[in-house]
Amino acid sequence: MHDLRGHRAYADGAFRWAAAGAAALVLLILGLIFITITSRSLPVFHQMGLGFFTTSRWSPADALFGALAFIWGTAFTALIALAIAVPVSLGMALFMTQVAPPAIKKPLVYLTDLLAGVPSVVFGLWGVLVLSQHFGLGRSFLTAGVILAIMIIPIITSLSREVIETTPPGDKEGALALGATRWEMIGAAVLPHSAGGLVGAVMLGLGRAMGETIAAALVIGSALGQITLSPLAPGNSMPAVIANEWGEADALHKSALIALAVTLFVITIIVNLAATAIVQRSMRKGQGS
Amino acid sequence: MTGLMIASVVLVALPLIAVVSAIFGRGVTVAFQNFPDFFIKEIPSVARRAGPGMGPAILGTLLVTGAATLIAVPLGVLGAVYLHEYGRGNRFSRLVRFMATVMTGVPSIVMGLFIYVLWTLHFGYSAFGGSLALACLMLPVVIGATEQMLKLVPHHLREASYALGTSKSRTILTVVLPAALPGIVSGSLLAVARAAGETAPLLFAVGAATEYNPHLFEEANTALSIQIFGNATSSFVAAQDRAWGAALTLVLLTFVITLVARIFTARIARRR
Repeated sequence: MHDLRGHRAYADGAFRWAAAGAAALVLLILGLIFITITSRSLPVFHQMGLGFFTTSRWSPADALFGALAFIWGTAFTALIALAIAVPVSLGMALFMTQVAPPAIKKPLVYLTDLLAGVPSVVFGLWGVLVLSQHFGLGRSFLTAGVILAIMIIPIITSLSREVIETTPPGDKEGALALGATRWEMIGAAVLPHSAGGLVGAVMLGLGRAMGETIAAALVIGSALGQITLSPLAPGNSMPAVIANEWGEADALHKSALIALAVTLFVITIIVNLAATAIVQRSMRKGQGS
Repeated sequence: MTGLMIASVVLVALPLIAVVSAIFGRGVTVAFQNFPDFFIKEIPSVARRAGPGMGPAILGTLLVTGAATLIAVPLGVLGAVYLHEYGRGNRFSRLVRFMATVMTGVPSIVMGLFIYVLWTLHFGYSAFGGSLALACLMLPVVIGATEQMLKLVPHHLREASYALGTSKSRTILTVVLPAALPGIVSGSLLAVARAAGETAPLLFAVGAATEYNPHLFEEANTALSIQIFGNATSSFVAAQDRAWGAALTLVLLTFVITLVARIFTARIARRR
């Protein structure tokens, strides 16, 4: 009997440790990503120093790698995407939570889920062969921004919806009881309560837009060294450069592309850390009240 | 104001309708001409040559995604079991839960380069390298979905099992996980559907073969997404046609997976 219990306790402990190990895998992978890709990016920093971030001449043939224009392009396309996606997502989320009866709400959830389920390469294909050719946008920052906007609308919408739904019903009823219209109620009760979480949702969308690769690579135009405010100019973004140039890259060029990935990783991790913290705090606040 | 909201709904629906109708409009004739040629023939090695063939890419997508599922789902479920059944509320599990959410935001191309450095650089192109990259992308999604489902398992089930003298690990394996199974299956399938459409993580690990390669660990392989990406910017109409056909195939594939997931979700809803 004693033996049996000993064996069982052993199996129990082993299972617990296996489960803890699987959970720890998340931290291990994140750590390994940073270490492995950073180590492979060192040759280009050896060559360029901080000039990698501060210059915009990108000429693999001359071993010159200045990524500033790509960093700009990543930010510019992501901002265009947000400018389109945020009002649409917010309108959609408010419609689903405050106006739509359940019979309409459910198909709308399906609609955003379907949109989220379309692979990014399919959006890219549509963007390059239909949107850029038949709508006069060409391959440009704007085309990339539009495609990215379509791709991040589902995530911003669904997160905003969750945040808005944590508004205490008492606050809403109180506003309505004081004679507020639906719009005044949204402005007085829903938005102030959800503001933090909505900012977080938008930041998560920003993170996705910056890291989205394939669709951007297909429609952005692959122009080198352009730092411009013109949305119709062809440009480039960090992930697009990596995807488009990898095939022909020699060792130092590959190292430069990996350095772009490191830059992208660090930026998106910071944005995601902040966004996740904001969203989680806002959700807890909602549950507490 | 309500008008503005309805406008936003239209703005969401419009691109979806446009994309889907383009895929069907251009893809159906390509994919279903001389059925089933498109789904079984090999890919023409010269891009400008007209004619079917996405067979190797379909096999590659199934191979890469299938192996990724076999890696990510058991590990993700196990990790979620720790977070919810063992470490609830402790600092380590709070950290893991937080970082798992952050990990879902790691750009897929970064994951691809990570696996390139870790695996492809040493072992060369193979379907398995792509599986590793997809598994890394799926892991936090499976953890999150499974934990949500474990939360729904009523506590009295666990207590009844303990009262019978069952150990904690046995309780989890024979009571808790079976009770949560439909939800775990549906959450995992949604992760699989997303992974099947990924391109960026496969570019550096899988290669772009044009012939069938049934081997998981050897030689360059290909996938539908890689073929779409490669053919989309081609100036040859024949290649563009194949891209539309491959896009239709990929969308149908992910649609079927999502549909199966929905059926499982409906089953949980009915049970409760």
